[in-house]
Amino acid sequence: MDMLLLGVFFGCTLIALCIIVQLVVVLRKGSKCKPGTKGSVCVLVVAGSGGHTTEILRLVGSLSQSYRPRHYVIADTDKMSEDKIHTFESAQSDRTNRPQYTLHRIPRSREVRQSWSSSVVSTLYALFYSVPLVFRLRPDVVLCNGPGTCVPLCAAGLLLGILGLKRVVLVYVESICRVETLSLSGKILYHLADYFFVQWSSLKNKYPKAIYMGRIV
Amino acid sequence: MKRVFVTVGTTRFDELVERVTSEETVQALVDRGYTELVLQVGHGSDVPGPESYSGLKVNAFRFKDSISEDMKQADLVISHAGAGSCLEALGAQKALLVVVNDKLMDNHQLELARQLHSDSHLLYCTCSTLTETLKTMDFSTLTPFLPGQPQNFAKFLDKALGVASQC
Repeated sequence: MDMLLLGVFFGCTLIALCIIVQLVVVLRKGSKCKPGTKGSVCVLVVAGSGGHTTEILRLVGSLSQSYRPRHYVIADTDKMSEDKIHTFESAQSDRTNRPQYTLHRIPRSREVRQSWSSSVVSTLYALFYSVPLVFRLRPDVVLCNGPGTCVPLCAAGLLLGILGLKRVVLVYVESICRVETLSLSGKILYHLADYFFVQWSSLKNKYPKAIYMGRIV
Repeated sequence: MKRVFVTVGTTRFDELVERVTSEETVQALVDRGYTELVLQVGHGSDVPGPESYSGLKVNAFRFKDSISEDMKQADLVISHAGAGSCLEALGAQKALLVVVNDKLMDNHQLELARQLHSDSHLLYCTCSTLTETLKTMDFSTLTPFLPGQPQNFAKFLDKALGVASQC
């Protein structure tokens, strides 16, 4: 019995170790990953609520036609963002005449001012929906800017890399509202994103790994 | 016709609405040549009616799908410190006076208003100094707020991801 427990323990440790090593390898390869060389870049855009959505659509609007198709993910309680995305995309398709986007919903992982502990539970719940979605869409890039929903989606993207299925590039742009402190999502994804943008120099000073090129929304 | 637009965002800010519609403040606005006052009061307890404001036409509502038209038509925007409202007003190149709710705990929304103030893009006061500020304010000392540059982000990403530039 003891031997069996010991075996299970070592087995689990070994698996955990493999995952960690693989995670480190995946994270290091980020800058070498150039999905653009194959022509078009499939983007998963995480739209948050209200201000976050406005900001992310400005970023998406700046991208060339090489960035398609675009898959938007919104929290399922958010009707406003959906309207904004449809309006935005129909203006885009005026230029090309064919819509190149889809819209998906997942449970909200964190409401504003929700407590830490219940956030963990609802984030796990959102992860349960994020993994199949991201595995199905297989985006080249996940683009997000801070709503809680982006953490489970980025985690799902990383999982694709850890399993060796696809290296997903994570691009995070901290909201322009963040001048002195990162959002909770930002604090987590600072360590995981391949390209992490901040929009104020005071944040660049605190987080040297971040990319700062002034205001970009 | 000179119009003032007051916005409190998605919550409420009764103290600001009361202060702005007080006799003293209305007089200060009239003295500065304003003829119309439009208020967005959110979940506030009171929606000021159009009556009894000498020399100032007052209109109030709680919410609208979009307040961008109200922003556009205003000569002066008086706003709570919310990031969205600040950015919208400055994006529309409006003279902006931000009134900080000092009864609210410090929240991250204030970060942006504070930064924009120290970069002299807006004026900043509290409810208790509002009337005084309206009497003495001078927007000519402010610097225009230039739009952000998403094309820099796009250029960076093209390079990082190996996307061939299209020019």
